[in-house]
Amino acid sequence: MQLSRQTLFTLALLLIGLVLPHFVYPVFLMKGLCFALFASAFDLLLGHVGLLSFGHAMFFGFAGYVTAHAAREWALSPELSILLGVLTATLLGLVTGWLAIRRQGIYFAMVTLALAQMMYFVAVEAPFTHGEDGIQGVPRGLLFGLIPLNDPLAIYYTVLAIFVLGLALIHRVVQSPFGQVLKAIRDNEPRAISLGYRVDQYKLLAFVLSAGISGLAGSVKALVFQLASLTDVHWHASGEVVLMTLLGGGGTLFGPTLGAFVVVIIQNSLAEAGSWVTIIQGAIFVLCVLAFRRGIVGTLSPWFAKIGIKV
Amino acid sequence: MNKSNLFLTAAVGLMVWSGAAQAQFTDNKVKIGVLTDLSGTYSDLAGQGSIEAAKLAIEDFGGKVAGVPIELVTADHQNKGDIGSAIARKWYESDGVDAIFDLVTSSVGIAVREVSKEKGKIDVNSGAGTSALTNDKCSPTGFHWAYDTYALANGTGNAVVKQGGDTWFFLTADYTFGQNMQAQTERVIKVNGGKVLGAVKHPFPNADFSSFLMQAQSSNAKIIGLANSGSDTINAIKQAKEFGITQSGQQLAALLVFITDVHSMGLDVAQKMLLTTGYYWDMDDPSRAFAKRFAAHMNGKMPTMVQAGVYSSVRHYLRAIEAAKTDDGPKVADKMRELPIVDFFAKNGHLRPDGRMVHDMYLVQVKTPQESKVPWDYYKVLRTIPGDEAYQPLSESTCPLVKK
Repeated sequence: MQLSRQTLFTLALLLIGLVLPHFVYPVFLMKGLCFALFASAFDLLLGHVGLLSFGHAMFFGFAGYVTAHAAREWALSPELSILLGVLTATLLGLVTGWLAIRRQGIYFAMVTLALAQMMYFVAVEAPFTHGEDGIQGVPRGLLFGLIPLNDPLAIYYTVLAIFVLGLALIHRVVQSPFGQVLKAIRDNEPRAISLGYRVDQYKLLAFVLSAGISGLAGSVKALVFQLASLTDVHWHASGEVVLMTLLGGGGTLFGPTLGAFVVVIIQNSLAEAGSWVTIIQGAIFVLCVLAFRRGIVGTLSPWFAKIGIKV
Repeated sequence: MNKSNLFLTAAVGLMVWSGAAQAQFTDNKVKIGVLTDLSGTYSDLAGQGSIEAAKLAIEDFGGKVAGVPIELVTADHQNKGDIGSAIARKWYESDGVDAIFDLVTSSVGIAVREVSKEKGKIDVNSGAGTSALTNDKCSPTGFHWAYDTYALANGTGNAVVKQGGDTWFFLTADYTFGQNMQAQTERVIKVNGGKVLGAVKHPFPNADFSSFLMQAQSSNAKIIGLANSGSDTINAIKQAKEFGITQSGQQLAALLVFITDVHSMGLDVAQKMLLTTGYYWDMDDPSRAFAKRFAAHMNGKMPTMVQAGVYSSVRHYLRAIEAAKTDDGPKVADKMRELPIVDFFAKNGHLRPDGRMVHDMYLVQVKTPQESKVPWDYYKVLRTIPGDEAYQPLSESTCPLVKK
């Protein structure tokens, strides 16, 4: 059987993912993967429906809190804790989305930001989140009662598997007829309405999906770092995910992932520079927006398309 | 066993076999991390000064301990628990750091404590206040060095109530440290027959205290207790003065004040304030000698108790390594508990099973501008509080390591 270039490319990326923890510090890679999944989920809305949400941190961060609380206080297994986190994010997404999709553009962004700020103050004040301190010392536990997640490689491969499945799900959604309708809505909403599509339902479903997968990323991150804190519900996190997506390239399969890794690498290598991190990040963002309008992957995609690879 | 473990075992085996080093050191050096606030609210009282203090301690050992070189790494945790714990994890797992010092900010201190405990590495906290570090969050390899909320409440709280300040209202920074500080001061007030009329929590860090100060004013309490620190305390005190609260008879009791805070407030604002500290530079010859060395590296700034504590704790850690001839966390921790601490910082210090470094504390009063003769001449020492009286009795500690 002849493997297509596309398959080979995907397999090569997967192989890199499999061997990388032997060379690079696994927790760092896992951080990258969590943010990559988060950015990909965010891009489902931005790149494919054209909705810029500025409140995605609430799904990411709150799912983390719920997972951390479930694993620590209720001593639930990691898979159940993650499931609870995802459910919380999905429900939050349903409520937020139901309110927010009635507006477009800047108003949509503002509504999501306002709701996210409300959730931020809930996180500051609610007793179970422990305010400034966050939930610390979250046990990683045994996945399915079998896999000890305290082992760095075991948790790495678990996170990688979750990431690959999450990305595959997003890819599947985008390629499905449902995804085609989303694109139609993005490109010309009145026309989609005139064709008889119930646009609001499509948008809401896309929003809920995006929120749920963001929650998945947040839940996993809480287990990786054994910590859930205010940083992840703060609006900075909402801004960061926009940065990652635009940097990598919105509306592409691997763009958000690349963007997430670029941002995480910058943060990591500049951690000693203190407050300079944000300034350098800003400069890189400005450069990228000026030089590659469609993000790194977006700019490279015609080149990849020539050799038969869709990125 | 994975590859890196195999490699490590082989390397250790080779080392033992060659007989070059009898001592047991991972990667043949001692690596010390100073994790502090280099850009935020606490960068003045810890920050760069803590790094200099650690450097001085390493310098005193000639850069080597038990025949292996000492290396120093530093990072900024930005007062965020998640950043702090991520750095600590990376330091322990991939950079071979053996012990972490300073750890200002209670939320970061606790986050790093969790990681250190899990990894069996040493963390010595000089910067954070919360007494949780030696209670619920205690660790066999974790120590708390310079001061804690219990000792501050005990020192300042007691003194203020005894002067007649028997009704209190708290402005509390909304995180572990503030809550802890408030609860422990309330205990002291009640024991002395005082009353707490109310409390309000403010976000950390905060710039505008007007609404909180108004609440405090309308409570008519004699004392407004500030269960916060750093720039929060400075802002609250300055704004209280601007609102005329202090002039109208209510008094402020700042529960955690560092000498750098007094310096930036100025004696005009800070004069006559009572406070508790673990170190004052102008106490005696040894403390002055250290302060002079420190100031030479820091543009004339005098060390705070946190920075002096970092020197003292790094020195003690290195002494323990010298005695134990290893950098293995639990073994060094045992040695640290065994050795007494005698230096300019602690004249008769020792480490308890819960990780508390017990040493004398000082109740001081801020001088008036007329009394102050030279730069940084800020405190009058009113009383030396013996260590055993200042700190929480071991029998009250909720630390599971303490045998009852």
